[in-house]
Amino acid sequence: MEIKIALAGNPNSGKTTLFNNLTGSRQYVGNWPGVTVEKKEGKLKGHDDVIIQDLPGIYSLSPYTLEEVVSRTYLVNEKPDAIINIVDGTNIERNLYLTTQLLELNIPMVIALNMMDLVRKNGDKVDTAKLSSELGCEVIELSALKNEGADDVANKAIQLAQNKTIGNRPSILSGEVENAVKQIEGELSGIADDKFLSWSAIKVFERDSKELEKLHLASDKKKNIEDIIEACEKSMDDDSESIITNQRYTYITGVTDTAVKKGRAKGELSISDKIDKIVTNRILGLPIFALVMFLIYAIAMGGWSVSIGTAATDFTNDVIFGEWVPGFFDTILGALHVEEGTVLYGLIQDGIVAGVGAVIGFVPQMLVLFLLLAILEDIGYMARVAFVMDRIFRQFGLSGKSFVPCLVATGCGVPGVMASRTIENDRDRKLTVMTTTFMPCGAKLPIIGLIAGAIFGGSPWIAASAYFIGIGSIILSGIILKKFKAFAGEPAPFVMELPPYHVPSVVGVLRATWERGWSFIKRAGSVIVISSIIIWFLSAFGTVNGHFGLVDNLFEDETIVTDEYVQKLADRMDVEIDDVNAMDASLLASVGNVISPVFKPLGFGNWKPTVATITGLVAKEEVVGTFGVLYNYDDSDEELGEEGEQIWDRVAADYTTMGAFSFMVFNLLCAPCFAAIGAIKREMNNAKWTWAAIGYMTGWAYVLAFIFYNVGGLLTGEHGFGLGPILGIVLLAGLIYLLVRKGYQPDESAKSLTSVDANA
Amino acid sequence: MKTLRDAAIGATVKVKKLHGEGPTKRRIMDMGITKGVDIYVRKVAPLGDPIELTVRGYELSVRKADAELIEVE
Repeated sequence: MEIKIALAGNPNSGKTTLFNNLTGSRQYVGNWPGVTVEKKEGKLKGHDDVIIQDLPGIYSLSPYTLEEVVSRTYLVNEKPDAIINIVDGTNIERNLYLTTQLLELNIPMVIALNMMDLVRKNGDKVDTAKLSSELGCEVIELSALKNEGADDVANKAIQLAQNKTIGNRPSILSGEVENAVKQIEGELSGIADDKFLSWSAIKVFERDSKELEKLHLASDKKKNIEDIIEACEKSMDDDSESIITNQRYTYITGVTDTAVKKGRAKGELSISDKIDKIVTNRILGLPIFALVMFLIYAIAMGGWSVSIGTAATDFTNDVIFGEWVPGFFDTILGALHVEEGTVLYGLIQDGIVAGVGAVIGFVPQMLVLFLLLAILEDIGYMARVAFVMDRIFRQFGLSGKSFVPCLVATGCGVPGVMASRTIENDRDRKLTVMTTTFMPCGAKLPIIGLIAGAIFGGSPWIAASAYFIGIGSIILSGIILKKFKAFAGEPAPFVMELPPYHVPSVVGVLRATWERGWSFIKRAGSVIVISSIIIWFLSAFGTVNGHFGLVDNLFEDETIVTDEYVQKLADRMDVEIDDVNAMDASLLASVGNVISPVFKPLGFGNWKPTVATITGLVAKEEVVGTFGVLYNYDDSDEELGEEGEQIWDRVAADYTTMGAFSFMVFNLLCAPCFAAIGAIKREMNNAKWTWAAIGYMTGWAYVLAFIFYNVGGLLTGEHGFGLGPILGIVLLAGLIYLLVRKGYQPDESAKSLTSVDANA
Repeated sequence: MKTLRDAAIGATVKVKKLHGEGPTKRRIMDMGITKGVDIYVRKVAPLGDPIELTVRGYELSVRKADAELIEVE
C-alpha cells in the first residue's frame, strides 16, 4: 500500500534540505492546481511505495496567505498518512507555534528537530524526551545539512503511518476558551468530519472564513456558535483569533521553559549578530549593499575580464552556436546531401539551431547569476536586501527584493525575470515580472546605437534617455498598476524574518542553481524554439511572381523574376527598383505591410521598421541586422557593424527625428524577445497572466511612443497641431490621472496578505 | 498610548495590546508578537524604515506603520 507523508514546517527551517536528503534526485516539481506556489513531490529513497510531499514553508495555518491555504487544503483534503513537522531547533518557540496547529489535525506526526549541530554549538540544551512527552508526539533530532537523522525521521514516520498512531493531544487551550471550543465541538458534531472535529471547532471559534464556507452552517447553529464566541471574547477582552494565538504561545512558553535551556545569556551577541551589526548598519548598510550588487553585476553581467557570465554566454553564442554547432550540422547535412538553400537545410540551421542557440546562449550567464543569487540567499543576505531597500521600493508598490531583477535585467531580461523568484509576495512578484524587462538589456543597446548614430549624430543623451525611460517605466507602472484591484490590497504587512547568517552549503547552492537553470531550459525552451521556427518560416518563404517557395531561391530564377515583376514589387513595397531584394517578397514583408498602419500614429508606419520590430522578438539585436537586409546592405566586403554604422545615412533619410525616437522607445519597451517571454511564462505559470504581461508591455510601449512622437513632435515643431497631438495630450493626461487617482481601496475588514484563490 | 514605533533603539519593551484587525494583526501575532512578550528593538534600516526586532529569540523586521499597531508598556 502506498504511504503519503507530508513535510511541513516554517520557511528557513531546512525543509528543502531534508526533502532532498529523503528523496535524492527522484522528485517531481509541479505547481498546486490553479496557483503558482511550487509543489514538490518525491519517492523516499529505497522505498518506492512512500511518497514525500513537500508543503510550502509556512508560519501558521491561517486562512490569509496563499501558501497557508494551499497547505491546509492539502492536509485536510488529501489526509496524508503521516506528517513530518520540521522544527528549527535554534528557533524553537516560533516553530512550535505551527506544530500546535498541526497537532490538531489528528494525523500521525513526528517532529524532526533540525539544526541540532547549531543548537549544540550555541550551547543550547533541548530535552527531547521532555519535549516529546509534553507535545504527545515523537521528537527526533536531525541535522539535515549534515544528513544526520533523516533516515530515523523517515522510518518513524512510516511506522506511525502504518500503525496509524496518533499521540495524546496536549491541552493547549485552557479555561473558558477550552470550554467554548468544547461547546462548539458539540454544535458541530455530525456536521464536521469526525476526524477533524477539534480542528473545525477551533477554526470556527476563530471565525475562519474558509472553514465556515466549507461547513455551510444553518442559521440557528451559526447564532448559537456566535453567542458562545462573543461571550468568550467579552470576558477575555480580545477577539477570538487573538485569544487562540495568545493561548498557543502561552502554552509553548510553558513547554520551552521546561524543555529548552539557552546557552547564551540574553542580549549576548552571536557571530551572526555581529556580522549583521556591520552589514545592515545605518551608515555602512547602503555602501555594502551597493558593493554586493556591483559585484554581482560585474561577475554575471558586466563586460570586464572578471565577468565570467558574459564571457561564457558570448562564447556559447559566438563560438558554440556561432561556429561549432552550425559547422557540425553543415557536415552532417553535407554528408546527407542536403544542400544549402533547401527547405530542410533552412529549417534545421536557421530555424531550429538558431532557435535552440537563442535559448542555450543565455544559460551560462543565467547559471552564473543563479549561483551568486543562491549563495546570497543561502547566506541570508537576500532578506537583508529587502530590509535595506524596502523604504524606496514600496513607494512605487514593489518589494525591496525587486531591486535585484531590475539590476540583472540591464544585462539580460531573461535572468532578470527569473531572479524575481526570490520575492515571496505573489502580487509583488507578478508586478516585478511584468515590468523588469523595461530595463534596456544588452541586446537593446545596438538599437539605441543605431538610432543615436543615424539620427542624433551619436549623442550620448539618447542612451541616457533610454535608461531613464526604462527606469521611469518601471516606477510609473508600479504606481499605476498597484492602483488596480488585481495588484491592490494593502501591501502585505512587511513582517519578515531575518534568518541568522550561515556558511552556504555547496550542495544546496549548486542544486538551487541547477534547478532554476533547468526549469528555464525546459519550460521556456519550447516557446522560443517554436517561435523562432515561425519567424524563420515567414522570412524565408514567400510568393514570387505567383510561385510559392524559398524567396532566396526563387529570386535567382530569372524566368520568374521578370523586370515587370520587379517593377511591380518595387511599387508595392515602395522601394527603388535597384533596391528590390528577396526579402521584399517574403511572407514577413507582406505581414509587415499589413501591420504597418498600426505604427503610422507612432511615426514609423512603414513595413521595414515593422518587420524589424517583429524580428526583434527573436532577439532584440536582430532589429539592426534586419535593417541591414532591408536597407540592402551588401555584406560581401565587410560585415554590418553592430550598430549598423554603414546604413546610418539610408536610415536617416527615411525617418523624422521624433519618428526615429518613437521607434526606439517602442522597441525598448514592447514585448521582449521570445527568450524573455518564455521566462515570463515560466514565472507566471499561467497563460492569462503571461498574456496580460505581454499585452501590458506592448500597450505601454505604444502609448509612450505615441506621446513622444505626437506631443514631442509638436514641441520640436516637427509637425503642427492636429488630431495626433490632441490624442497625445489626452493620453498624457490619462497617464497622469492613472498616476494620481486614489485607486482601488481594499475593504478594510477584509485586508488580505495575498490574493487567496486557492479554491480552499 | 505608547507604541512600538516610539520605542528607542536598544530598548526592550513589553507588549501590552495589539491593535488593528484581520490578516495584519494575525500575521504579527503568528510571528510571535503577543500580549506580554518582550521585544528588543535592535536597529533601524539605513533609510529609516523598517525596524529590526528580536522577539522569542529570533530576528524579525516590521515596518514602522505596522509597529504602530503594537501598544507597549
